[in-house]
Amino acid sequence: MKLHPMIAALRRHKAGVVLIALQIALTLAIVCNAVFIIGQRIERVNRPTGLVEDNLMLVTQSWVGAPSGDQPGDVEKLDSLLQADLAALRAMPDVESVVPINSLPLLNSSWTGSVALKPGSDLRAGNARSVYYFGDEHLLKTLGLKLVAGRGFTAADVRNRGFRDSGTPAVIIVTKALADKLYPKGDALGKAIYLDGGSSPSTIIGEVERLQAPSTGSWVNGFLWNATIEPFRLNANFSRYAIRTRPGRLQAVMHAVPDVLYGVSRMRVLDDDSVKSFAQIRQEAYRSDVGMAILMGVVCLILLGVTAAGIVGLTSFWVGQRHRQIGVRRALGARKIDILHYFQMENLLISGAGALIGLGLAIGLNMLLMKHFEMDRLPVLYVLAGIVVVMALGQGAVFVPARRASNVPPVVATRSV
Amino acid sequence: MFAYYFELALRSLKRSRGLTLLMVLAIGFGVAASMTTYSVFRAVSGDPIPWKSSKLFVPQIDMWGPKARDPNGEPPDAMDYTDAMALMRAHRARYQSAMYQISPSVVPADASKHPINVSGHAVFSEFFPMVDVPFKYGAGWTADDDTQRSAVVVISSKLNDKLFGGENSVGRTLDIEGKDYRVVGVTDHWNPQPRFFDVVNTGGFTDGAEDVFLPFNRAIDVGMPNNGNTNCNEVPKESGFVGLQHSSCVWMAYMVQLDDAAAVQAYREYLDGYARDQQKAGRFGWAPNNRLRDVPAWLDAEHVVPSDTKVSLLVALGLLVVCLVNTAGLLLAKFLRRSSEIGVRRALGAQRSAIYAQFLTEAAIVGLAGGVLGLLLTGVGVASVGWVMPKDIASLARLDVSLLAITLLVAVVATMLAGLYPTFRASRVQPAWQLKSN
Repeated sequence: MKLHPMIAALRRHKAGVVLIALQIALTLAIVCNAVFIIGQRIERVNRPTGLVEDNLMLVTQSWVGAPSGDQPGDVEKLDSLLQADLAALRAMPDVESVVPINSLPLLNSSWTGSVALKPGSDLRAGNARSVYYFGDEHLLKTLGLKLVAGRGFTAADVRNRGFRDSGTPAVIIVTKALADKLYPKGDALGKAIYLDGGSSPSTIIGEVERLQAPSTGSWVNGFLWNATIEPFRLNANFSRYAIRTRPGRLQAVMHAVPDVLYGVSRMRVLDDDSVKSFAQIRQEAYRSDVGMAILMGVVCLILLGVTAAGIVGLTSFWVGQRHRQIGVRRALGARKIDILHYFQMENLLISGAGALIGLGLAIGLNMLLMKHFEMDRLPVLYVLAGIVVVMALGQGAVFVPARRASNVPPVVATRSV
Repeated sequence: MFAYYFELALRSLKRSRGLTLLMVLAIGFGVAASMTTYSVFRAVSGDPIPWKSSKLFVPQIDMWGPKARDPNGEPPDAMDYTDAMALMRAHRARYQSAMYQISPSVVPADASKHPINVSGHAVFSEFFPMVDVPFKYGAGWTADDDTQRSAVVVISSKLNDKLFGGENSVGRTLDIEGKDYRVVGVTDHWNPQPRFFDVVNTGGFTDGAEDVFLPFNRAIDVGMPNNGNTNCNEVPKESGFVGLQHSSCVWMAYMVQLDDAAAVQAYREYLDGYARDQQKAGRFGWAPNNRLRDVPAWLDAEHVVPSDTKVSLLVALGLLVVCLVNTAGLLLAKFLRRSSEIGVRRALGAQRSAIYAQFLTEAAIVGLAGGVLGLLLTGVGVASVGWVMPKDIASLARLDVSLLAITLLVAVVATMLAGLYPTFRASRVQPAWQLKSN
């Protein structure tokens, strides 16, 4: 098939051609970026936290009129309240293990600092920023963390301290990511590091494979997998308990926990948000990401639908306009398939041109988003896939009017409309 | 004439139902997507206190020095206790208040009920007139209460409903963290969004209510801990809440009211003078690096409008543009299909302007139909933003008369714009050529 007559014909309705090409270009630009956003969000939501998330729950509660922690003996009073709660929770029939903990991944309540190889390093200039988790010897088991080197805490390692007091632990567990950052040769185990610019060393006694930071905000991106676990029960006027239940008993335990804790002491606050399964925590943390992905998905669907409909509409018009010419071609010996191919080829030309412009627009839009909205660079693969999709869409949309065109009988040529 | 064009347009639209439906759908979806995302954007980028926002300022003092500054050289966005108290003592603004977020427990008088957690702020008496807190009963406390550290409390009408059955509770007592406080005021449905007076601790938007306000000095005295962010550039040397007060950690919000440009200038000079004094005293080892932003500038600097909201709006506007390009193409096809009709009209003496009027009317009708569909879809969209946006933000998006009007207007104007070129082409149809070819 020769392209020359086709291009000559296209010249006769420039405006329509330009509008379709422009529409395809804009569609391509937006769909590429929207799909890229969707891909990123899905990747974000699917990254594992490092926990075994099934049968895991969290209780957050506070004591009414608890000591402030500023008077002598306050911390010990708070610790006895904590110990009483722990004993009651651990005695529950369906509970496998319980750990008092300051936060969990995805909980959006972070404790951060920095760790360094040398004492007295400035806090912000430390070797590596890290999030801190505080818990007792039940932490690894309760959260389901995988130990890849060394050992977990024993009861002898664990101390308690006031929430607002400073104190350096003798031993710590770090994530593999943090260990590898500090000791790239992989020999972190047994080494001493310094927390928050302090002067007393903490020895790394274990490494866990993976443990995500509590926050899902972008400020934590640089150290998302750097976590340090300290063997402390933190004593404050509130407490958090992570609980691992027996398989399938999560709901039962969640239901029973408030009464058990009120049984220990009634002077405490437990409200609707106090008892949460980890699945709920995950859902809340990623709600806006899932929402953004859905929104972008809806926009893509509308865009592709509108563009396809536009192509159908305009091509139908052209088919109507060229009714007679088609009849002439058929009378001169063109087969049905030739007419079909003509319109398909024509669409391929237009959408090809549109896709080329769209390629530039897609990259431009991505650069705009990168500049203003912390977006990553759009991989070329997305654009190429996008081009294939819009070309296929064009072919699909043009098929119906093109088939109608191919059904124009040759006899039309003899009629004067 | 308009009635005639209207009838012509309706006839023409009926003749090609498929094409008309396509255009109406495109406009409807395009407008609805834009308006839904716009309603969210409008909600989060709105001015929470429009009548006064240019008089309310947030001072920032650089107590951490150059090493802790971000790449833009910004000082910390919250205040430490030492500097906040120095600013309060100096009392250089019309109104001022240091404040921090608290979450104390309230013990109901009825012993069978469990204690509950409430959230709020510890503030100074000037906070209430400064941010125009509306009162249902009573009022804020006085400056005397501040200095005497009185056990008084202002509660929200919601908490008042819960604890006192909505009666005027002024003068009654409330058990907060095991101590009795006298209610002096009940606020009247006050929930400003973004939470301009404490952006740092709320992230701007919050579905938590301001249930209680306690006198700042009183809260400090009883050791009521802060429930918001604490940021430190070095580990506090002393322990406990008192240690936090003696540290350089930042954990407080601060707001001042300055009524005119002269007052703003004077306050800037005061802040710089304060920082220079601290430099002389050896506490700061650097030149003054203060900021004094009014509420709109502050909200902007703190990026309270989530970038997701802006990206959604941008993408939705892109969708609208595509829909318009699509409509332009379809209108072009539709109008040019009637070249012979136009030729006849022109040959019979119709002016080009008459052709313009006729076809723009047709475009406007398509726009109006698209707008009505868009309205319905926007309604669905706004009702379902709760599925795709964070709760605290989604609850702010509202369908109101102005949004309805904008939706219709955007649909009609945009479609007429899209119809301009096709109409131009239609008006250029040569009557002689059309008549001959048939």
